[in-house]
Amino acid sequence: MTAEQADLLAAAKTGDRSAFDELVRATYAEAFTLAYRLTGNEEDARDVVQEAYLRAYKGIRRFRGDAAFSTWLYRITANCAATYLGKRTKARHEDIEEQTSLADERPEVDPAQRADLADERRRLTEALGQLPPDMRAVVVLRDVYDLPHEAIAAELGISEGAAKVRLHRARRKLRERLFPLRGEGGEEAAHAV
Amino acid sequence: MRCDDVIEVLSHVAEGVEPADPGVRAHVEACLRCQAELVQYRKLLKALHHLRTDVLEPAPGVLTGILANLEAAGERGAIRSMLAGRRAAYAGGIAVATLAAGAAGAIVLANRGRRKVRLAG
Repeated sequence: MTAEQADLLAAAKTGDRSAFDELVRATYAEAFTLAYRLTGNEEDARDVVQEAYLRAYKGIRRFRGDAAFSTWLYRITANCAATYLGKRTKARHEDIEEQTSLADERPEVDPAQRADLADERRRLTEALGQLPPDMRAVVVLRDVYDLPHEAIAAELGISEGAAKVRLHRARRKLRERLFPLRGEGGEEAAHAV
Repeated sequence: MRCDDVIEVLSHVAEGVEPADPGVRAHVEACLRCQAELVQYRKLLKALHHLRTDVLEPAPGVLTGILANLEAAGERGAIRSMLAGRRAAYAGGIAVATLAAGAAGAIVLANRGRRKVRLAG
């Protein structure tokens, strides 16, 4: 967290709404990205991230600062997404073609390398999108956002053991999709991560 | 130890957070298939970790929506606290009126008692 964010956080904890709004501006893209990865579509991600910030605003006085503000926000977002996905009854829209590109556009990366990276990330994002939401949640929270098993279990409302088992199954599915056995995947195997 | 036993823990071994069981380690050192899977898990975890730096650019309406939602919640909270204040004022008024009525009733009863005593005297 930057010094500026720490100041904003301290002010927000005293009830300063404009300071909290500034914190939102500084962090909403990351929170939205996490919500998008957990829900798999933009519309749901919008709802989840709105609810997450509302909960964060209501609970900010209780934030003790044991973890980084971003980690705290990720936990709230994960909890909101789990609740949202649990309640959701409408059909899921998982058309991978509609997903925002995650390609690395930094100019300092060699174009060929950038193309490989973009392809790797596209395939990984695609594979993540094909996982069931409960599996996707554990692998995203653990392997992308580095949340501890204990926190993941708490936010998803499952035991730590169940979270670890689910994580292993999710990783296994991803590995099987990204590294198909020789002869089975053909071109897919040649492009494995 | 067999591949089927080891395969269940390979992804956690690849993560490297917990030390691998000596039996698992010995099996992997001797088994090419498990070694290959371990390498694949390591590549997978590395690729997943790299996704962390990919931050999407949300549509402009996302920020506006979050701030509007907070604003609306703030207004709802203000209205609730105002209503709660009024409710407290009403309850206080009723309590004061009840107390006043009770006190008046007690005074009337006390006066009647005194009159009866005087008449009897």
